[in-house]
Amino acid sequence: MLTQENINKINALKKQFPDNKSLTIPALHIAQEQFGWVSEDSMKEIASLLNLPESHVIGVATFYSMFNKKPVGQYHIQVCTNVSCQLLGSEKISQYICNKFNIKVGETTSDKKFTVSEVECLGSCGTAPMMQVNDDYYENLTPEKIDHILQDLK
Amino acid sequence: MSEFNEKLLLPNIPDLHKIEVYEQNNGYSGLRKAIGMTADAVIDEVKKSNLKGRGGAGFPTGLKWSFMPKQSAKPKYLCANGDEGEPGTFKDRQIFGFNPHLFIEGSLIAAYAMGIKAVYVYIRGEYVKWIKILQQAIDEAYSKNYIGKNILGSQFSTDVYIVRGAGAYICGEESSLMNSIEGERGYPRVKPPFPAQVGLWGCPTTINNIETLANVPLIILRGAEWYSQIGVPKHPGTLLFGVSGHVKKPGVYELPTGSLLTDIIFKHAGGVRDDKKIKAVIPGGSSTKWILGGELDGVKMDADSLKAYDTSIGTGGVIVMDEDTDVIKVLARLTHFYHHESCGQCTPCREGCGWMEKILNRFIAGEARIEDVDLLLNVANNIEGNTVCALGDAAAWPVQSVIKKFRGEFEKRVKKISSEKKYVPPPHLISV
Repeated sequence: MLTQENINKINALKKQFPDNKSLTIPALHIAQEQFGWVSEDSMKEIASLLNLPESHVIGVATFYSMFNKKPVGQYHIQVCTNVSCQLLGSEKISQYICNKFNIKVGETTSDKKFTVSEVECLGSCGTAPMMQVNDDYYENLTPEKIDHILQDLK
Repeated sequence: MSEFNEKLLLPNIPDLHKIEVYEQNNGYSGLRKAIGMTADAVIDEVKKSNLKGRGGAGFPTGLKWSFMPKQSAKPKYLCANGDEGEPGTFKDRQIFGFNPHLFIEGSLIAAYAMGIKAVYVYIRGEYVKWIKILQQAIDEAYSKNYIGKNILGSQFSTDVYIVRGAGAYICGEESSLMNSIEGERGYPRVKPPFPAQVGLWGCPTTINNIETLANVPLIILRGAEWYSQIGVPKHPGTLLFGVSGHVKKPGVYELPTGSLLTDIIFKHAGGVRDDKKIKAVIPGGSSTKWILGGELDGVKMDADSLKAYDTSIGTGGVIVMDEDTDVIKVLARLTHFYHHESCGQCTPCREGCGWMEKILNRFIAGEARIEDVDLLLNVANNIEGNTVCALGDAAAWPVQSVIKKFRGEFEKRVKKISSEKKYVPPPHLISV
């Protein structure tokens, strides 16, 4: 269930839009902030809160890649592997992180702490290779830098 | 062309994101001046400046504004496009980070000129840091009455809201962007009707790129005449060139249009890492056609000049690849991107991008046949022009240009592999 505070947040956004449907994506973001992912229950709750068909909310949530449709670790590591990062070795970066945790891309560590994903361009091409951990960008990555970053997250 | 060194959008002024600093540097004077003019005069000034859109299509901004109905029973909206999803593009985040008020001021002038009820700034969802900076700037602007009711004591009122995207490249396409703001899947709409007639929630709407709007305050403040003389007359102003890939100093460089591509790469971005040769350059974001390393001399970075090289200025995202680059691998990665980001509405794009990716992966895996080169080209040619939006074209263009310029590499890949490893068709093909 969404917290009352988050429900209030969603309701407060209503004045920015002429209809409830436009709140679908903002509400999904708020749900993901609370739970770390968007479950079917969350989608149904949003549908009922906004008085929208469940199929609409599920359709939208599944269209956008930022909404995690299954739980992710406490730290969601997203490595950009698009061209500018690819040219500067993002493949190795992603592999390095996976090896550290002994998991494959798309998997979560058994302690539910880390999930590693490969993602499309995050608009950080001038500071490639890069990764996003939860909301934060980490740029100009090297194995040593990754070691430090992951150390701090533990 | 005279040497123009001024940084218009990203001047080197510390703390410019703070409203007091921005005001001390002529900030919001353009808005003040615009409000003293008639709305038509503002549109005329932007028309005269010859400002072209910075999002990729390069449409004349003033002309776009003039398509908005003067009288409308419905509210009118402005969408500021900060989706910035085109691989190789990282310029709008510099504006959000270093000079957000310039963009806000430009949006407000646009809102005044077109009688806009509300501005929706659509920013890609991953830009959490920049959303925070922009929201703070918007709050400051509200508190000083640059946004809100009766702005600066005039009859003009408008609101500015941020809408956070959720990781869909297609939402940078203007009609998908509107669908996304409306809380829908980001499906592009069929045009006509154009957004100026039927846009956001069925109301007249204009969509402008962030960088485009950031150019507006200076055009109003210093005049169209001044602006139109910067860079190339047909495509004037400065551009934020984002240089990435195998260069020594990647980053965003603000330079006048018509700047030499070689100057951007060697003078500004420090040249190629380890002083290697350049194999190819993508001049304006991943959707633009490639230029060979040997063709770079004399290439000027503006819309018309790049047309002569059968490519385009796009978003100004320059991606440099050195001589050791495996172009087929790069192309396969790009094609994977378009396949992943295809919204799925149009068959040629939804299926075709997947087919192209499969064929390219055959080359990488050493399973390609010589006829796969033309098959790949054939698929690309049948996507181009056959889809609702330009994503299909954007997926086809790199494939077409890489085959045209590196056909030998494809063929070498087939021959080399086939001499080492004989192609064995999968069992279900043998039985046919």
